[in-house]
Amino acid sequence: MEKRVRIESATVVLPANEVDTDQIVPARFLTATSREGLGAALFHDLRRDSGGALLPDFPLNRPEAAGAAILVAGANFGCGSSREHAPWALLEAGFRAVVSPSFADIFRENAARNGLVPVEIAEGAHARLSAAEGARVVVDVEAETVTLPGGGAARFRLAPFARRCLLTGRTPLEFLLDRADAVERYEAASGRTTREKVKTGPW
Amino acid sequence: MSGAAPRTLFEKIWDAHTVVPAGPDHPAVVYVDTHLVHEVTSPQAFTLLRERGLPVRRPDRTCAVTDHSVPTRFPGGLPLWNGPETKAQVEALERNCEEFGIELFRMGDPEQGIVHVTAPELGLTRPGATVVCGDSHTSTHGAFGAWAFGIGTTEVAQVLATQCLLLERPRTLGVEVSGRLGPGVTAKDLILGIIRRLTASGGRGRVLEYRGGTIRRLSMEERMTVCNMSIEAGARAGLIEPDEETLRYLEGRRYLPRGGAFRALAAEWLALRADEGAAFDETVSFDASALTPMVTWGTNPGMSCGITEPVPAPGNPEERSALAYMEIEPGKPLRGRPVDVVFLGSCTNARITDLRAAAAVLAGRRVHPRTRALVVPGSASVKEQAASEGLDRIFLAAGAEWREPGCSLCIAMNGDRLEPGELAVSTSNRNFRGRQGAGGRTVLASPITAAASAVAGAVADPRPLLAAS
Repeated sequence: MEKRVRIESATVVLPANEVDTDQIVPARFLTATSREGLGAALFHDLRRDSGGALLPDFPLNRPEAAGAAILVAGANFGCGSSREHAPWALLEAGFRAVVSPSFADIFRENAARNGLVPVEIAEGAHARLSAAEGARVVVDVEAETVTLPGGGAARFRLAPFARRCLLTGRTPLEFLLDRADAVERYEAASGRTTREKVKTGPW
Repeated sequence: MSGAAPRTLFEKIWDAHTVVPAGPDHPAVVYVDTHLVHEVTSPQAFTLLRERGLPVRRPDRTCAVTDHSVPTRFPGGLPLWNGPETKAQVEALERNCEEFGIELFRMGDPEQGIVHVTAPELGLTRPGATVVCGDSHTSTHGAFGAWAFGIGTTEVAQVLATQCLLLERPRTLGVEVSGRLGPGVTAKDLILGIIRRLTASGGRGRVLEYRGGTIRRLSMEERMTVCNMSIEAGARAGLIEPDEETLRYLEGRRYLPRGGAFRALAAEWLALRADEGAAFDETVSFDASALTPMVTWGTNPGMSCGITEPVPAPGNPEERSALAYMEIEPGKPLRGRPVDVVFLGSCTNARITDLRAAAAVLAGRRVHPRTRALVVPGSASVKEQAASEGLDRIFLAAGAEWREPGCSLCIAMNGDRLEPGELAVSTSNRNFRGRQGAGGRTVLASPITAAASAVAGAVADPRPLLAAS
């Protein structure tokens, strides 16, 4: 995974709450067998009219949104399905952090695992960011802060392990592979070694 | 563990699956007993394994099905694919399963079906186990007293390679349900009522444990409907303590032992319950006796009301925007709104008891001419059972389409979809904008409400038809 230490960028504000993963990447784009190419599907049906033309008023379509790496989104962002295509699409479209008062559980974890920083901040700070679209702000993963337009910074918390993975580019898979001995001991101690499909243990 | 603090069922499952406890700089390493795989969220995970030269650690604990993008129509016996991509995705899973030694239930197999219907049918879901799948409706399996939750594709790769996940421990929310369900009020109406109460985000960070007399009286299929939609309240998992009803469902399933070995397991499973004095982090009480058949009026499953209740006035911008998208006027019941499509299917409500209930409403009646009705059984086993009971003939005589199993119009990947502007009454789990097709609109409801709506050609209360049948 690419390291993610500090992100400095203009913001794009998507004010709606409860933006679900079907809005982020509609299901008909989930037929891909690779991670690539999902950027074009990002917010597809919010971004385009039924004929496929870009809607000029949608925040991501405005000229000033070009190049923005920080998305300021509403509450419960990423609710719904577990599709990791949602953070893949956001990353391919250039985003490196999403700022929200609250994230859906699976989205938050999928995002952090791919180097898309889930920045969960208090409502007041979120309101300030929402009111200043296009402001240039800094997300500091080390310090767990995001600067606010007009001065000051808001604190956010990442799970310590997720933060370390973002800062070092290490992945949970490496950590788990390094614990192979512990997994073997666990399997032996709990009787989980049988390879029969019909298992006579309780699990 | 004498003298240990009393524990809830979830806490027992957590403790029993902890391979490495959480440390100051890492979450706990948790063992996965059963890993279910499907074609949509797995290809990139297999690619990662291939790139890293990693095998699947426990193919015996891994089981795959094709369900999300498979066709449900086979004109002339040939699958009607929704373009080459869906076919390529299904074929990729077939190749991956062959290469990595994973058992696959594929299209045409007598037990293929939606992963959350098929796995319990096969006995792959066991009380006290951990079950994961790259699908958020994995919460379904919590009906058996398993801790079951949806994961992303990176986690699918982790489980394939190590049989483990790194997990923060969720909080527990006890949902105490009392009161008898009234006539025409089903498990679907119950969970829609609970989600309305909790809201679409009220379960975040939590495992919901459904308890109380109302839950105990539900069949396993009804419990699956309830647990299935836990994620719609934001909770990754829902859980119900196993009991005799659980054992009745499980005995004789393909991947469970028989005879004395089963009885020995059954005794252990019945002991899987909260200790005396164990406490949840939070609890809510819910009275089910006041519920009526529920319908959603908005664009998330928390936006619902009783069929005879007026649609509430919007309380925030999201509700206003949802009503505008749905073209629904607040202050009046949704009853009577014309319906283009009725969908009886999905991992929420496409099991045999769901089809029986819908067929009882449709028997001797006709689907309204302005409405198209699709019945998509949850699995090939459900389809066969339904046919053996003559339910297929009831659906066909009523003018409904009788399809092959799959996720179908719940996620609209396989070509079964709404056209822009169409409105569906659907037994599925999500009414998100465009979920059933770009520009489509979804009213979530129970199988009997959906069947009654098919007859009326409009959103309808099922209760008058129940009284008359």
